[in-house]
Amino acid sequence: MNPSSFSLPPPRSLLSRKAWTAFLVCLLAVGVMAPALNLWVPAGSALHLSDYAIALIGKIMCYAICALAMDLIWGYTGILSLGHGLFFALGGYVMGMYLMRQIGSDGQYRSELPDFMVFLDWKELPWHWALSDSFVATVLLVVLVPGVIAGVFGYFAFRSRIKGVYFSIITQAMTFAAMLLFFRNETGFGGNNGFTDFKRILDLPIATQNMRMTLFVLTGLTLLGFFLFSRWLVTSKYGRVLQAIRDAESRVMFSGYSPLPYKLSIWVISAVMCGVAGALYVPQVGIINPGEMSPANSIEIAVWAAVGGRATLIGPIVGAFLVNGAKSWLTVTAPEFWLYFLGALFIVVTLYLPNGIVGLLRKPVGVVGLIDKIKRKAGAA
Amino acid sequence: MRRWITRCVAVLGLLLVCNAHALTAEEALGIAVGETDARIEALGKAAAQGDDRTAAYLQALADDAVKLAAGRVLVVRDGKGLDPVSGEGVPVPPDAEDVMLNNRLRGEIDTALAALRLFSSDVSLRRQAALSLLKDPDVSRKPVLDKALAAEKDAAVLDLLRQAQAAVMLGSEQAAARMSAARTLGQSAQAEVLLLLNQQLSAETDPAVQSALKAAVRQVQDGLRWGERLGQLFTGVSLGSILLLVALGLAITYGLMGVINMAHGELMMIGAYATYVVQAAFRQYLPEAFDLYLLAALPLAFATSALVGALMERGVLRHLYGRPLETLLATWGISLILMQAVRSLFGAQNVGVENPSWMSGSIPLMSNLQLPWNRVLIIAFAAAVLLGMVLLIGKTRLGLFVRGVTQNRPMAACMGINTARIDTYAFALGSGIAGLAGCALSQIGNVGPDLGQSYIVDAFMVVVLGGVGQLAGTVYAALGLGLAGKLLEGWTGAVLAKIAVLVFIIVFIQKRPQGIFALKGREA
Repeated sequence: MNPSSFSLPPPRSLLSRKAWTAFLVCLLAVGVMAPALNLWVPAGSALHLSDYAIALIGKIMCYAICALAMDLIWGYTGILSLGHGLFFALGGYVMGMYLMRQIGSDGQYRSELPDFMVFLDWKELPWHWALSDSFVATVLLVVLVPGVIAGVFGYFAFRSRIKGVYFSIITQAMTFAAMLLFFRNETGFGGNNGFTDFKRILDLPIATQNMRMTLFVLTGLTLLGFFLFSRWLVTSKYGRVLQAIRDAESRVMFSGYSPLPYKLSIWVISAVMCGVAGALYVPQVGIINPGEMSPANSIEIAVWAAVGGRATLIGPIVGAFLVNGAKSWLTVTAPEFWLYFLGALFIVVTLYLPNGIVGLLRKPVGVVGLIDKIKRKAGAA
Repeated sequence: MRRWITRCVAVLGLLLVCNAHALTAEEALGIAVGETDARIEALGKAAAQGDDRTAAYLQALADDAVKLAAGRVLVVRDGKGLDPVSGEGVPVPPDAEDVMLNNRLRGEIDTALAALRLFSSDVSLRRQAALSLLKDPDVSRKPVLDKALAAEKDAAVLDLLRQAQAAVMLGSEQAAARMSAARTLGQSAQAEVLLLLNQQLSAETDPAVQSALKAAVRQVQDGLRWGERLGQLFTGVSLGSILLLVALGLAITYGLMGVINMAHGELMMIGAYATYVVQAAFRQYLPEAFDLYLLAALPLAFATSALVGALMERGVLRHLYGRPLETLLATWGISLILMQAVRSLFGAQNVGVENPSWMSGSIPLMSNLQLPWNRVLIIAFAAAVLLGMVLLIGKTRLGLFVRGVTQNRPMAACMGINTARIDTYAFALGSGIAGLAGCALSQIGNVGPDLGQSYIVDAFMVVVLGGVGQLAGTVYAALGLGLAGKLLEGWTGAVLAKIAVLVFIIVFIQKRPQGIFALKGREA
């Protein structure tokens, strides 16, 4: 082939005009509409957004950040992590430690120490609680702790070229081991019960409507910010290399690229995003415990991304909303069906919707394409 | 006061007449009511000359089965009254009151019972009695011990009696007696003897006896250490055999076929529930053959899990070959559905699976080493399953086909092998072995919908560590992980040991990814 024909297509713009419009609408919805409908529209009105809805959407937006992070590492780089729940929980625990310190001596035992430490008869804070009284340090640690742990783990894993399923399985072992560790009382993270009964954040009471709204808006803005950031990442040259690694890692290496820095950096970015999501999640739901690190939680994140559509940034966000919406609806109306539904979702999406819901919508033929695909599958088998 | 009574009992013991006499009504009443001291005295008197009926009465007291009515004592078992003196059935008056025992009396009764049992005609009872006297020496028992020593024929019991006597003599006034007692006790292998020796050592003043005691302590410790080590080794091998059973099925589905089956644990759970169903059916329809239910459960557990596995393969996995990550997610979905299905059918609570009588109990090897039968049999079972699999894969036509398809699918297809059918068979085989593992697990642990979850991470670790596509690696990895886990557990505690093993595996995989993941089959 003629070398002069090797020219990259012009870089794509960050978002199309239509997408920018949609983005601004979302921004308005999160930043203006939701607070207005919740705070200023009276409770009886049809337009009123209930506190329950705010709490639910706030929670799901945290999950959506996780799904977005999962999409960067799985959808765009082809590395399936079954341990992202660990980073989510780590961010949550860092924030939880700060919130525990904010309780001050208003706990049940009226002690400066968190209640569970009094209960364990500890006299002073363990070393890893040293920075937990400062909000600035906490914000830094929310980024640093998941980042550093992911960095160390990822460096060794990617350096040894652990790929595919093996990587998935050792990430699962990692979060499982961490869960066992956090269940222990003597590690100083509250054991089984974790942290709860938060009272204040930045010396302001945490359980007020205004504080809830603030956290909601903050989460929404973070989600939108991360979306733009991810979009910028994947449309850049860096993002192209990531996708090349996903599709043909050996060829990337033969072309003179070392995959290690690319994989490691996107892995750390993804972990930090999860950590931030966890830190936003904990003050909104008011509890963090080692259950968040269970392998099942991490694998659910992968399903949000898969349902919405991998390698489409909007897909995972849609997936997180749909799956969690269905979860909160089904666990109330028909709790015994929720696991059937989730299980069936796993199977249907992997069998028939490799590109997720968004992938389905993008194809001009839509449902017809799906039927064609099923026919082709049946023919092949 | 206590000493006075002890001495009194000792005197009574010395007066012991050889022919035992039957329990009298006054004695029976004297033990049951009155001041504690008086009751102990009565107890000593009755026990010193007691026969089998006294023993039965004391046992009833210890079991809280004695009631008091109108100045008479009655043994009440299952609502039926029994006169302890005559042994005849009597009606239980409605106003009968329970006889109360305090802890001191309870202890006295237990030792008295032990002393009485020394003359039982059953060797194992005598053995137990001698052991309990050794563990709790009391000067008052010396005459009984002397008498038992003279009468005893069984060598093992005789040894124990000598040691029990030595334990009593350890508190003697004479240094020489203490010295010889220490020497005798040194031959013992009981953990309690160590306690006795150490107690005496701290109180001992005579330097010669002190060194004899120290030597005895060392000797006993050496004996015990072996028991402990062997015990740890055994629990390690036992855990290893369970991991092996769990991982053998995976070694086929994952190792040979390259299917990441996250529902493997749930296939085990299905095997365990199949065992539960068979057990319930036997209890209902064939109670006299209950002990044999496990033999019927094994094939059924295999068949059920294999069927579910075959359906999984035909329905879902077949369409996902070559896409391992999607397989992982789909099988996870299947595992959720299976768990919920079991919850809907059997309830979310654990169900009880009872061991058949030939699996309960244990083999006593040393004083501190007992091997439970169910664990021993599971080790044997794991070995048998392993052998069966090696033969199946290595010697049969099906095994040949599986190996052929694994190594080179298109070539195998060209040779006329129906590769799709072989896939189904192989997957069903792996699933069936998971069912067998579930059947074995039902004998040692809880059976509940979450049974599989607790083993799945371990099982994958075993297969990954052992190397994909080879059974020998799986065996080494299972036994190695089992032993390492249990040995660490003795050192750091269960949870930290588990974490340490997981961290070790993560590090190990970092170090030797290529060597261990010598991929064969479709995965590569």
